[in-house]
Amino acid sequence: MSNAKKMMYINRKAPYGTIYAWESLEVVLIGAAFEQDVSLAFMDDGVYQLTKGQDTSGIGMKNFSPTYAALGDFEVNKIYVDKESLEERGLTLDDLQHLVWEDEDEDWAEKDSIRLVSRSELSDVLADQDVLFNF
Amino acid sequence: MGSIEANGKTYETDEEGYLADLNTWDKDVAAVMANLDDCELTENHWEVINFLREYYEEYQIAPAVRVLTKAIGKKLGKDKGNSKYLYELFPYGPAKQACKYAGLPKPTGCV
Repeated sequence: MSNAKKMMYINRKAPYGTIYAWESLEVVLIGAAFEQDVSLAFMDDGVYQLTKGQDTSGIGMKNFSPTYAALGDFEVNKIYVDKESLEERGLTLDDLQHLVWEDEDEDWAEKDSIRLVSRSELSDVLADQDVLFNF
Repeated sequence: MGSIEANGKTYETDEEGYLADLNTWDKDVAAVMANLDDCELTENHWEVINFLREYYEEYQIAPAVRVLTKAIGKKLGKDKGNSKYLYELFPYGPAKQACKYAGLPKPTGCV
């Protein structure tokens, strides 16, 4: 892990109007195989990607929201959600999926993956990254 | 596009032999796919295949090898959750070959 880079994927768009959300998720899952220090940020309309109860039957697209729950298995467990973006859209943490990861070193204890942060806290996290990917 | 015959039924596949529609999957086609690779499916194979189908059902993706290994270890015990065991069962690569028999698309990022 000594050469691991801090890579953050920033998600700003609603899940189905464009292909960005799904593309981002696929890149994250592929990238996870390279054992980098991966984190995700959800802001602006990107927070809708994590909402519960998505139903895509009316638009003929695959509902990929269950895939976010697999991120913990891929050891992607730092998921930052911008608090202001949620508030601006009348959403709270309860409207989002409860994403967890299991800590193998603590007998598979379930731990929360989502970290609710203010915009200024998120700026600090962004400034600390080696690589940023914008989606 | 290609196709596979099993037990009098025809199953459509892609050019690499993965099922075109995972809903058409059944145990017969899995066994025929395995026979084409000179592989006889045992209980140990089925454990992994069934696990993959359940995983896909829940998350809508196939797990990467590393994820599969860890999850199998958790579910079926440490003696099965290692790449040696899984590669003995599926010498062409546990994720790739087992996903094929399970009727899933080729795992994301798998070449």
